[in-house]
Amino acid sequence: MLVSADRSPLDTGSSADGSDVVIDLRRASFGYGERPTVTDATLTVRRGEIVAVVGPNGSGKSTLMKGILGLNERTEGTLTLFGVPGDELRDRARLGYVPQRHTLSTSVRATAEEIVATGRLPRLGWLGRLRATDRQIVARSLDVVGLADRAATEVSTLSGGQQRRVLIARALAAQPDVLIMDEPTAGVDAANQHVLAEVLERLVERAVTMVIVTHELGALERLLTRIVVIDGGRIRFDGTPERYSAQRHIVHHDHDSHHHDDELHPQPSSVTLGPLVVRHDGRRP
Amino acid sequence: MTEMLSIDFMQRALIAALLVGTVAPMVGIFLVQRRLSLIGDGMGHVALAGVAIGLVAGVAPVWTALVAAVAAAVVIELLRTRGRTNGDVALAVIFYGGIAAGVVIISKSPDGTPANLMKYLFGSILTTTSSDLYLFAGLAVLIAATTWALRPRLFAVANDEEYARAVGIPVLPLNIVLAVLTATTVVVAMRVVGLLLISALMIVPNAASQLIARSFSGALRWAIAFGLVSSVGGVALSYPLNTPSGGTIVLLAVGLFIITAVFATLRTHVARRRHDVAEVHPHEHGVECGHEAIPHGDHIDYVHDGHLHAAHESHYDEHGHDTALHDHQGADAASTTNATNATTGTTR
Repeated sequence: MLVSADRSPLDTGSSADGSDVVIDLRRASFGYGERPTVTDATLTVRRGEIVAVVGPNGSGKSTLMKGILGLNERTEGTLTLFGVPGDELRDRARLGYVPQRHTLSTSVRATAEEIVATGRLPRLGWLGRLRATDRQIVARSLDVVGLADRAATEVSTLSGGQQRRVLIARALAAQPDVLIMDEPTAGVDAANQHVLAEVLERLVERAVTMVIVTHELGALERLLTRIVVIDGGRIRFDGTPERYSAQRHIVHHDHDSHHHDDELHPQPSSVTLGPLVVRHDGRRP
Repeated sequence: MTEMLSIDFMQRALIAALLVGTVAPMVGIFLVQRRLSLIGDGMGHVALAGVAIGLVAGVAPVWTALVAAVAAAVVIELLRTRGRTNGDVALAVIFYGGIAAGVVIISKSPDGTPANLMKYLFGSILTTTSSDLYLFAGLAVLIAATTWALRPRLFAVANDEEYARAVGIPVLPLNIVLAVLTATTVVVAMRVVGLLLISALMIVPNAASQLIARSFSGALRWAIAFGLVSSVGGVALSYPLNTPSGGTIVLLAVGLFIITAVFATLRTHVARRRHDVAEVHPHEHGVECGHEAIPHGDHIDYVHDGHLHAAHESHYDEHGHDTALHDHQGADAASTTNATNATTGTTR
């Protein structure tokens, strides 16, 4: 199995409320500088979940994701990753990040394999080189995303969708415990979106935990176990795809009418929490 | 040629050229990757202030240049990291402050003649002393070893800094190491190439290698080859021509770049003509796709409605009908024996 389900018993053992919590946010605010762009976010992601974080452009979904990755400032609340406070997580490669890039850096030539191999580096220490087993993992990562026969191809000659899959393979090469993807389908043509959905389906079969940030569910919807709607920097909905379908109109009515913002935030009726989030044992990291 | 090798200053200059021709492109490829092609130029400016201080104080100018350039490198990287909008302006202040201080201080030294200044700015084959050479050799080995050891990580950081940060690769320390490597290369190159032309030897061989390479490791090998040919060739030519070695080296490097560009353009035209693309192809071939896979030279063809499809860049190439396979064992991904099926690539 490419992405291990339980590779690190030491880290998971420290969590008091079960070892399957991957990401745990409590009333967290994130942003750049003084003004937070995401406020009061509470979210728990457990192993095996496929969570979509949906919202229009500028809603704060990318800020939330970067906050989880430690790429921006957390001004309030707590972030717990694999049972450890977010800032203290040493093994950051357990978070597999797939950034939103319309194109890969083309300032110098590099093959798909060379890019994917960089994903393996966090597992090798300061001076380690890729050994045979690491190269196998790199090759398998390319295979999972359907690019095995393009390993030696220069990345700038690949299509946008193919480059997106190179970035997924790069994240997979670190054998992460969760994949965090930023707009994997944005700017990808229909044919490649289909291939991309197939790739994600393959990852679902391998029980990879995924957090997918996207502004449209599209082809991904059938893969999801949970949908989180974010707008105006706040989480507006958190529940199963079935509940999302049922409440779609209410959810979208809410985030269309911005003058309701003040009423929305403390009201449990307008912020629909999923069953996994309500439970809270008061543990503070 | 043999006469040239028997002159001791030429021996030293050629060895110095060998060292700098190897390490300058090795460091330069990461500067090109980070789009910092001109940073070496700025460090050369600052190194001139170091040279001047050394001349006035009576210390070996190579050492003072090394201290000045490395200090500037660390400050520059820290300024860049702070990400202030005026970071660019701060760099300009440091660079021009450096060269201005250099020119002014050098005028106060006993060796402060314009001719002497020219040697430091544009390189000379006469100036490498044997103690310089030991220092250059030590530094060059250090640069080469560090660059080799950190190459995968320097590549990862330059390729995608945000990703590197997210997965815990130490971005700032690696960027500082690269800046210090750049500063050290500047000093190794200051005798034969000159402080105003050093950056060219880091960048131009890489510019040429990018035109023909298909991978990062391939690009690095080509860049070192171009760097060695231009630096050693430039020093060798500057003796009979009686020209400044730095200028000769850089002109040679630019010449190689132009020849490579012409060659690469011609090759692209030829490849395009012999290249048959399966026109409509939204399907991705792979292990599970159900199309028969046939090994073909260095790659795999998939039998798709009687056509052989081979992955090439973002698309599939037509490699003829499957019956044509046996008289068609060439390894060239672009080759084809059947021009009639160019338009018939069909979807599943």
